[in-house]
Amino acid sequence: MRYSLGSLLANAVTGNRNWKPVWREPEPKAQYDVVIVGGGGHGLATAHYLAKQHGITNVAVLEKSYLGSGNIGRNTTIVRSNYMLPGNEPFYEWSMKLWEGLEQDLNYNTMVSQRGVLNVFHSDPQRDAFARRGNSMLLHGADAVMLDREGVRKLVPFVDFDNARFPVRGGLFQPRGGTVRHDAVAWGYARSADSRGIDIIQNCAATGFRIENGRIVGVETEKGFIRAKKVALSVAGSSSRAAAMAGLRLPIEAHVLQAFVTEGIKPLIDTVITFGAGHFYCSQSDKGGLVFGGDIDGYNTYAQRGNLPVVEDVAEGGMALMPIIGRLRVLRSWGGLLDMTMDGSPIIDTTPVDGLYLNAGWCYGGFKATPAAGWCFAHLIATGQTHPYAAAYRLDRFAEGRVIDEKGMGAQPNLH
Amino acid sequence: MRIKCPYCGERALEEFSYRGDATVKRPESLEPSATDAWVDYVYLRDNPVGLHKEQWHHSAGCHSWLVVTRDTLTHEVVGVEFAEKGS
Repeated sequence: MRYSLGSLLANAVTGNRNWKPVWREPEPKAQYDVVIVGGGGHGLATAHYLAKQHGITNVAVLEKSYLGSGNIGRNTTIVRSNYMLPGNEPFYEWSMKLWEGLEQDLNYNTMVSQRGVLNVFHSDPQRDAFARRGNSMLLHGADAVMLDREGVRKLVPFVDFDNARFPVRGGLFQPRGGTVRHDAVAWGYARSADSRGIDIIQNCAATGFRIENGRIVGVETEKGFIRAKKVALSVAGSSSRAAAMAGLRLPIEAHVLQAFVTEGIKPLIDTVITFGAGHFYCSQSDKGGLVFGGDIDGYNTYAQRGNLPVVEDVAEGGMALMPIIGRLRVLRSWGGLLDMTMDGSPIIDTTPVDGLYLNAGWCYGGFKATPAAGWCFAHLIATGQTHPYAAAYRLDRFAEGRVIDEKGMGAQPNLH
Repeated sequence: MRIKCPYCGERALEEFSYRGDATVKRPESLEPSATDAWVDYVYLRDNPVGLHKEQWHHSAGCHSWLVVTRDTLTHEVVGVEFAEKGS
């Protein structure tokens, strides 16, 4: 069913009894042209763009749990394209443009809210670095505004401008950035892919790959063997585990990033504030809760939960930036698993196994990349050619010395 | 998560800094033929689910380098030894 004002009204006057499930729950077929392993945001976006842009619909998406159970439902919903390097910024800006048209493309309300993303700075060198980043964004066709102290004060009057260690001197603001309802992104992509004939198979973990003469021929799953001409891995957080089943080692460590939400309060923050120096960022959900987080815990883990030192660090960062939140109570905290690559940038590429494609290494930035990652991964799977926007995200860039050092701190393990 | 330093005893996580996988070995050779071994050493990791041998520095304590064996699924620390013995 196509959603419209008419369909809403028709269902409202009939007591909302006639809504149908928005995707099927099919059993897997014996064979597909493409099997996507991982029914998260990226896997579902890949399925949508495979069908819509490339006409490939004999596709299955395998999800080990239920749709929206993984990182697509564990992130802090922020979208932005405030990157700097040529290998990154065109990709993230394309993602931003896809976000801007996503609801029309999917006919689904994903609650794209371009409320802006503000990065505050505290010193002259940091101002210079932000000006450089902003100029790079403008050169790549994105939007960026340098704000002075008064400009920041107009946006977020409640931050502590005179903090002794990190006085707020100004900020780099991207007005087109903002937040998107994360579950709705998964649901919207799933609905679109399903309506185009793609099978979304939930509660069906991949347990192995069948490889013959260096070429993938199918996936072993909890529901039996599925033959496939091409297999696409899209399981960030667990990429090393999945790749190991194909005999591959990746330049990735699994880490955890914690996030928090407070009790609901009246509207306070109508943008996204990022306080990089203090490891704290915050936005306010439509329900009123402040959604915030900070740095990764910093050790290998698959536990989907973190430890108290980072909770304390995030709370201190929050209190340093905006003491106004001091009496708010935290309702929930949780952790999401990350593929931390050795240079902090992702991988969208073929692998040494013919027919096996890899979308991985999203570090803590996978959500904002969802549309463009799906777009570029679908392009790679369909054509065998790397999409120009993802041309730098090669698996062999580490061996080749072509790392994408966005953070400017040198590419090596332990600095991401 | 707390780590029992063999020198200082059980201490809070804040006192320690993480370095990563303790099983990777720095190649002896600097010859071009050792390039793959260097790529392995610098970038590639097993990244296992379950027991993981890893290096921690007791940076706010005795400054010992430690090799900690820890379960990456439960955070349970099952062994700690000084790095010179363990790696």
